[in-house]
Amino acid sequence: MSNAYVYDAIRTPRGRGKQNGSLHTVKPITLAVGLIDEVRRRHPALDPNLIEDVILGVVSPVGEQGSDLAKVAALAAGLPDTTAGFQLNRFCASGLEAVNTAAQKVASGLGEDLVLAGGVESMSRVPMASDGGAWFEDPETAYDISFIPQGVGADLIATIEGFGRADVDEFAVRSQELAAAARAAGHFKNSVIPVRDRNGLTILDQDEFVRPGTTVETLAGLKPSFEVIGDLGGFDAVALQKYHWVERINHVHHAGNSSGIVDGAALVLVGNEAGGRAAGLTPRARIVATAVSGADSTIMLTGPAPASKKALAKAGLTIDDIDLVEINEAFAAVVLRYVREMGFPLEKVNVNGGAIALGHPLGATGAMLIGTIVDELERRDLRRGLVTLCVGGGMGIATIVERV
Amino acid sequence: MSEQSYFAWERDADGVVTLTMDAPGQSANTMNRGFVEAFGLVVDRLEAERDGIAGVVVTSAKKTFFAGGDLNELIQARPEDAADVMARNVQIKALLRRLETLGKPVAAAVNGAALGGGLEIALACHFRVALDAKGSEIGFPEVTLGLLPGAGGVVRSVRLLGIADALLKVLLQGQRYKPAAALEVGLVHEVISDREDLLARAKAWVLANPEAKQPWDVPGFRIPGGDPTNPKFAANLPAFPANLRKQLKGANYPAPRNILAAAVEGARLDFDNAMVVEARYFVELVTSQVAKNMTQAFFFDMQKVTGGASRPAGFEPWQASKVAVLGAGMMGAGIAYVCARAGIQVVLKDVSVEAAEKGKAYSAGLLDKAVARGKTTREAADEVLGRIHPTAEAVDTAGADLIIEAVFESPELKGRVFQEVQDLVAPDALLGSNTSTLPITGLAAAVRRPADFIGLHFFSPVDKMPLLEIIAGEQTSDAAIAKAFDLAKQIRKTPIIVNDSRGFFTSRVIGRFLDEAVAMVNEGLNPNSIEQAGSQAGYPAPPLQLMDELTLTLPQKIRKEARAAAGDDWVEHGSETVINRMVDDLGRGGRSAGAGFYEYVDGKRVGLWPGLADAFGKPEAEIPFEDMKERMLFAEALDTVRCLDEGVLRSVAEANIGSILGIGFPAWTGGVIQYINGYDGGVTGFVARAKELRDKYGERFDVPRSLVEKAERGERVE
Repeated sequence: MSNAYVYDAIRTPRGRGKQNGSLHTVKPITLAVGLIDEVRRRHPALDPNLIEDVILGVVSPVGEQGSDLAKVAALAAGLPDTTAGFQLNRFCASGLEAVNTAAQKVASGLGEDLVLAGGVESMSRVPMASDGGAWFEDPETAYDISFIPQGVGADLIATIEGFGRADVDEFAVRSQELAAAARAAGHFKNSVIPVRDRNGLTILDQDEFVRPGTTVETLAGLKPSFEVIGDLGGFDAVALQKYHWVERINHVHHAGNSSGIVDGAALVLVGNEAGGRAAGLTPRARIVATAVSGADSTIMLTGPAPASKKALAKAGLTIDDIDLVEINEAFAAVVLRYVREMGFPLEKVNVNGGAIALGHPLGATGAMLIGTIVDELERRDLRRGLVTLCVGGGMGIATIVERV
Repeated sequence: MSEQSYFAWERDADGVVTLTMDAPGQSANTMNRGFVEAFGLVVDRLEAERDGIAGVVVTSAKKTFFAGGDLNELIQARPEDAADVMARNVQIKALLRRLETLGKPVAAAVNGAALGGGLEIALACHFRVALDAKGSEIGFPEVTLGLLPGAGGVVRSVRLLGIADALLKVLLQGQRYKPAAALEVGLVHEVISDREDLLARAKAWVLANPEAKQPWDVPGFRIPGGDPTNPKFAANLPAFPANLRKQLKGANYPAPRNILAAAVEGARLDFDNAMVVEARYFVELVTSQVAKNMTQAFFFDMQKVTGGASRPAGFEPWQASKVAVLGAGMMGAGIAYVCARAGIQVVLKDVSVEAAEKGKAYSAGLLDKAVARGKTTREAADEVLGRIHPTAEAVDTAGADLIIEAVFESPELKGRVFQEVQDLVAPDALLGSNTSTLPITGLAAAVRRPADFIGLHFFSPVDKMPLLEIIAGEQTSDAAIAKAFDLAKQIRKTPIIVNDSRGFFTSRVIGRFLDEAVAMVNEGLNPNSIEQAGSQAGYPAPPLQLMDELTLTLPQKIRKEARAAAGDDWVEHGSETVINRMVDDLGRGGRSAGAGFYEYVDGKRVGLWPGLADAFGKPEAEIPFEDMKERMLFAEALDTVRCLDEGVLRSVAEANIGSILGIGFPAWTGGVIQYINGYDGGVTGFVARAKELRDKYGERFDVPRSLVEKAERGERVE
């Protein structure tokens, strides 16, 4: 067994995932190719023949994000014919799953030594759920497993945990403030790679979803997003049949305290010692442990804690050994519940803001968080970080990294 | 067996073949083996003679068009018979498919009710013209028997109406439409009011449409309203199963689930493969226990109960012509309405004319609503209303052949109002007392003719609730029972006949359900979980909510009386403490008191009373959710067995029907005794589970000796 190292981690800025978003005119493959180009630019000594595989998480792998975008991007970027590529989908965990899979490949000694892993999602061009799926489009399945949309699950978490509208809105404001401060202070500068057009002109060079100046008062005007479908769609009733001790769901989540819909991509250069040595690379962090786990699929978003605990156990660590946590801010209540369940101080969580302010490009986010946490561990000169996401179907994923 | 025995084949001068379905020796056509065989021969002949005929008209020689599947056959099918059921289903489907692809126009002349299989035959025709016959109904009631229309009913209705309309208007609720309403929904093309014109219209259509094809056989056909491959439609799809779960409250109804699945999955496929998917979901239901339960109750038991199995033999049919309804409160007003609607002259008597008028106003309100909804005409409504004569004068009851007393539940008061009129009414008038709990034998002591005295337990609201519990006191004559039975039929209620006992059958057994729920409050369990357990068990109303509606004070009073009567033999129930504290200490007597297990604001229920947690809650209290559901079901089932043992109940069919129609025992069980017979592992399985519940929750789950013996002998409760 070898160690798995993070040699580099970069990402695009996150563009608003709408027609008026800056990256809407950019093809998903272009986002991926731009990052592959950047890896080669940043590491001129890296022989592309050493890049053996490209793994990309894509959550809606249809249309222009369909088939196997990873191999096609490798071809388009001019990587050698020997560089393979595959696309994977573990819902919101896809980007992190790509990194973890890469780590497992390089550490096992059975596979590759140097891999590019990350994800792409152009949510403005390929809308969420456009790939369908038995989960919610097959009535027999949806009926039997009590499917409900994630937002209703998030509201159920808030109800059970007693998080009121003020609690989740305060958390959203915190995310906005921290993200705006981090962006202004240049904390993302080293990792965010501007997206340029074919003529070299900059399209977007920083995250554009952030709304500085957001306050609890400005959020107060937003209507809960899941109250109407919870009622008319029957989903509240489905949830309450399972959570029979809860009388009604308090709908507190809305666009302002849930993750933003954005376009973006990320890549992490993962390798073992041999791969890094051959490529002349210096490791930035070691991947200590990875884990996937799960919890009830109806409430759906409580998987991060069991996944984190599993990863910690594998690493022989406790949560007290962790200096920073990056948890995807799918919904405010997910984070608030996680810190309560893990007994971890909120001050060390998402210290540069999270997906509520920055956005959540589904297939890419997990890989982005690896970059964010490694950057911040370096900036603060801390040792260990844990990245975790809640995942569709009740899954959770976690990765522990440690600076070397 | 020849096709002639089931089908008359008649070819007219224009070359139109009229096929008249006429199953030998049966009052209705059903899809039994003989029919299917004969149908096969008819289709063979149609194909053989195709070039010589102009088209086909399908009709029936019976009062109804076609009655549906053969339930005697279907109820026998076990999971190991799946291959046989599948083969038969495929056979029927193929025959209907050959009929609709004959290459000649086929019209259905729907001369009477076309339910289930009847509508499936009609849908396999290119044109459907229905006669507006009295009592004629069109629809797919399969779901109410735990089944789905498996001879193409799902596939064709989806392709005819679109997925959403087929599901909501036809398949999931089992709606039965009068011909005019069926036309509006789109199940038939035309409605004819004159029987003489029916065949002529069908034939004319056949001759005018030589190239007729089903819409789904026309190239380029798309399902109306979109199918799951359409992104807009797909976006709404997740709400279908969720809303179904919401509507079913999580209770055990596999049929609607399978219907939804077959409809949506079939819509992704071509017609023939959609039929295969429908068949698989159909077979799963046919062989399922819930379909057996529901078919047993809603078809076989219902047939027995309404067919008069319980009516004493040897008495001439009887009809009431003038009823004296004593007491114009909520019950009296409702009773007056159902009697007047049935054509009976009603004297509605109360202590004042004002009170009696108020009772009549209830009928006026209901009739106005019916007129506004187009359910009746103003003239008909006025005629009904004209039959109700409000009065305060006893003398107005003169000559009545029926008394229904519906005053406050006080033996003394009831005795007094009977004495006031018993000499004025006809000398052989039936003396009925509407009471939910008071022993009939005791009440009968107040009248001069106890043999004619009988309990008529109506359920509230009387105009909606279908059951009439007839209670025979010790001295009640068989003649009186027969009359009461006939009265029930006359006012369109379903009668069960029980013997006198405290609470009779219904009030006694529903009490076990409510007590069990309240006992769980006493154990500190989460009240919302108790409500969900009731709903998910399949009860129409959650128990604590129902308790609030019925008031906590009435059961408290009844229990105090029962306790006094029992003396030292009294076994305290876990619910007593809660009811006493709620009523005596906390001032929460139920909805009418403005406070109960729930909170009420301006008379509206807003939610469970949060104080329940402090008063009774124990955070550490937790039992399996399944136990919560089954405690309620078992408590009722066990006491029903005791009712049979004690002779309070006279038949299993009445127990099943009475429990479903009267006290909301879950329909999926097929009724309170069918629940035992159909329990996983049969009676033996039920007894084993009851013993478990007894060990965990107390002696009230003791299994009656009679049931243990049946379990040992491997018998059902019959």
